[in-house]
Amino acid sequence: MSDLSAGFSEPPRRTKVPKFGWFAIIGVPLIAILFQVYVPRFFTYLAYLEMPLLVTVYYSLRRRSPPFGVMFGMCIGLAQDSLSNHPLGMFGIAKTLVGYFAASVSQRFEGSSALLRLVLAFFFFFFHQFFYWVLSRALLGEAVSFEPVQTLVLAVLNAAVAVPLFRILDKLDVTD
Amino acid sequence: MDLILNRYRNLTALVAAILVQLVLLAYQVKSNTEVRLIRVWAVTAVTPLARLLEGGRSGSVNFLKDYFVLLDVREQNKRLQTDLNRVQLENQVLRSELDTAERGKALSVFQEQSGMKTVAARIIGNSPGSNGRVVLIDRGTGSGIQPGMAVITPDGIVGKIVSSYPTASNLLLATDPTFAAGVLSQKNRVHGTLKGSGNSNAIVDYVQNEQNVEIGEWFYTAGDDRIFPKGLPAGIVTAVRPGRTVKEIFLSPSGLQHGLEDVLVILEGDHKPIPDLPPPNQSVHLQPLPPAEGEVTDPLNTAHNTSNNRGAQTDLDREVERTRRIGEDQKHVFGERGRGAPDFNKIPDNKIPDPGAAKAAPPPSPTPAPKAPANNPAAPSAAPSVNQPRP
Repeated sequence: MSDLSAGFSEPPRRTKVPKFGWFAIIGVPLIAILFQVYVPRFFTYLAYLEMPLLVTVYYSLRRRSPPFGVMFGMCIGLAQDSLSNHPLGMFGIAKTLVGYFAASVSQRFEGSSALLRLVLAFFFFFFHQFFYWVLSRALLGEAVSFEPVQTLVLAVLNAAVAVPLFRILDKLDVTD
Repeated sequence: MDLILNRYRNLTALVAAILVQLVLLAYQVKSNTEVRLIRVWAVTAVTPLARLLEGGRSGSVNFLKDYFVLLDVREQNKRLQTDLNRVQLENQVLRSELDTAERGKALSVFQEQSGMKTVAARIIGNSPGSNGRVVLIDRGTGSGIQPGMAVITPDGIVGKIVSSYPTASNLLLATDPTFAAGVLSQKNRVHGTLKGSGNSNAIVDYVQNEQNVEIGEWFYTAGDDRIFPKGLPAGIVTAVRPGRTVKEIFLSPSGLQHGLEDVLVILEGDHKPIPDLPPPNQSVHLQPLPPAEGEVTDPLNTAHNTSNNRGAQTDLDREVERTRRIGEDQKHVFGERGRGAPDFNKIPDNKIPDPGAAKAAPPPSPTPAPKAPANNPAAPSAAPSVNQPRP
């Protein structure tokens, strides 16, 4: 709780914006996409782990720049779309919004708080799935079903994975 | 204007990004074409990494299997071969036959025998998104693969190619809700459309309620969809029920039953007639029932015993007979009020019902068992040795 209160009380603009190397910016998203493409072949249940989304949330939170979040989310989303059977833009739009909102949140709150990361990963997973469903129905006219309870459970699982994952990604920070 | 853009820089970036993607999306939906260049870039970027991972994984697994596991098996085989008898030799033959049914070999054998021009491919990735029923295979336009080509395994149809790139292709599985193929039932020649249901099953649509489809019946491709050649196994019916307008038929796709690793893409199909018989299954040999406890097992007189013991062939029959004997021994009348129950721990003198007595006083049965030879497989009550083919 003190962790969260510390995150709320400290003005984030005064803290340094972390810097990441090229591997972190390009390699990590590529690995995340590759993870989603390859690993569920052998571990079916890991298909529900949205690694590209978690990576988008992380970098948007850390960089605290909405334009960066928008571009980052868009690139990851379009790359995901390219490997799927859907028209380009479905994951792209959803992740663009996630990147923007995550970066906007980080301008107000400290993004390194574990509890805040847990809550945000949970929220953004649900938001992402819901918005993707809305886009599928509204723009493509697909009769896709949306199961809120299942999505909430998956959001919890993704949030649980997000906290240690974000801690690992913190190591890639090259800020002095 | 600049002031506004600067002031709302973040929002402007967001709106611009969303607008660009919406236009991209609208273009694709409206023109029903895909932005191929971006997809080619993405697939080309991911395929080598996926192939590298798959190569590393399969190499490690094969190494472990071939070296450590087979090393142990070889040693075991050496020990076993010293005291192999005829039955074990037969077993070895069966085992070697099973080995030849290994996926890769079976695939190549099928490839040669099918008479179709096919390309073997390996699955190297899944489609992003948890609802994806599209997988990535490691063959693309470089191997002559084009969208719309059928993909099969020796067990049956798997799906169809929806997009192909130089080094890889997207394969839409038969369980995807957007998949469809014309199918024909084997027994009653009922036409229908195979569709994915989004889970591991598929459904056959557009079959009228009046048409006859049975559980266990096989469906084969009809060839009229211009994708799958006629006569390929599609699946076996697992459930049938009448629907509001058309019959609801659930199918277990045969091509996806044993997991997916290697598949065949049909470059040039060959229509074949639908076979009259279902895919062959081996008959099941049933042993005769074990003799009752304490029963005389004279090998020379087995036939006599079996025919005489026809009144108590099952454990339940024997239990009924035993209970009746306990009642008789204790002068107990079953069903009479106020008598309680007999002492079941007190074993009657003639504890084992002799076959003659069983014959003299058979258990109450509306239809006596027919007198059949002991080794008559047609007599279901005796059943000393019955070869029953699977349905």
